[in-house]
Amino acid sequence: MVTLLTESGEHAVPAAQGGGDALWCPLRDAETATGFVVKPQGLCKDEICVPLPAGRERELVADGRVNLAALWRRLGRAVAHSERGDVWVLGESGQDRAAALASLEAPDFALPDPAGRVHRLSDYRGKKVLLVTWASW
Amino acid sequence: MWQALYEELAEHDFVVLAVAMDSREGDAQPWIDAARPTYPTLIDRDHRLAELYGIVNVPQAVWIDEAGRIVRPAEAAGAYEGFRKMNRATREMPEDVARTTAQARTTYLDAIRDWARNGARSRHAFGPGQARAHVPPLTEDIAQAQACFRLGQFLTRHGQAAESQRFMKEASRLHPDSWCIWRQGAGVNEMGFAAQPDFWERVDGLGAKRYYAPVDMEGMP
Repeated sequence: MVTLLTESGEHAVPAAQGGGDALWCPLRDAETATGFVVKPQGLCKDEICVPLPAGRERELVADGRVNLAALWRRLGRAVAHSERGDVWVLGESGQDRAAALASLEAPDFALPDPAGRVHRLSDYRGKKVLLVTWASW
Repeated sequence: MWQALYEELAEHDFVVLAVAMDSREGDAQPWIDAARPTYPTLIDRDHRLAELYGIVNVPQAVWIDEAGRIVRPAEAAGAYEGFRKMNRATREMPEDVARTTAQARTTYLDAIRDWARNGARSRHAFGPGQARAHVPPLTEDIAQAQACFRLGQFLTRHGQAAESQRFMKEASRLHPDSWCIWRQGAGVNEMGFAAQPDFWERVDGLGAKRYYAPVDMEGMP
């Protein structure tokens, strides 16, 4: 059992295998967890396509599975995994985060209040928002 | 502090979104109960906002206009590092430092008032060029730190404290400017404040470097 922590949340993937630097994940589970699918152009999500390296396609996609860790490294995005290889964080790249902020479009988010109700930044479109952090420490 | 401001400015299409960078279950609740805010208070367990906006400390603020555009990127929200001059035994601050601390707060609140009333015409609202220049750096090391932090949080929730600590340490090593990351891994005293010897040691280790990066605002110390 492998748990994937991605942009879209936590995903339990019983059929995934994480060992060393590789994270092999069945194609359908990979799509659910990351949005990436195999197309003629390569591994794609929205406008991004990562071509499969000629002659070395099996480093990324083989036997109905995709090596998400290798894909993430090709994308230049952060990866972290537990020692046992059973929990993997598929993060972002500094470049993508920086570009997003440079656009000055405030990134949307969804966070719960203490009652568990989820609030999105986009719920407050039309108002001036003072986003302010605090902590009990 | 924010409640009064929110009530004062709500008629100007202004809202406060207060986000608790707390991860321990129930940590934020007593504080929220005491303050009884009528604006939304959100819990950011995995420090998602830190990832998205480059937030490194509390209190920090981001100003976002009606169209969802960043008008002032993450900066200290009227906070001043006067506490560094505090008597650590008595928690007293020298008078001049207390005055500067109060001035920083007032200056920031007045700027928010000006923006709420005047929107883009406010001199405190950055134009695109200025806003871009004030966006905090988001490097590959910081992205890796955030991944380690998120993993550490997950491991803590699943009872793997020792392994979690290793990832927290790595996160802090990669993103040493983040007090949010560091303080999440460090302990707290019985009052819930991170006023431990570790904290003071790390603060003192800053030397001449600011705990809160200077805020580009007229009248701000």
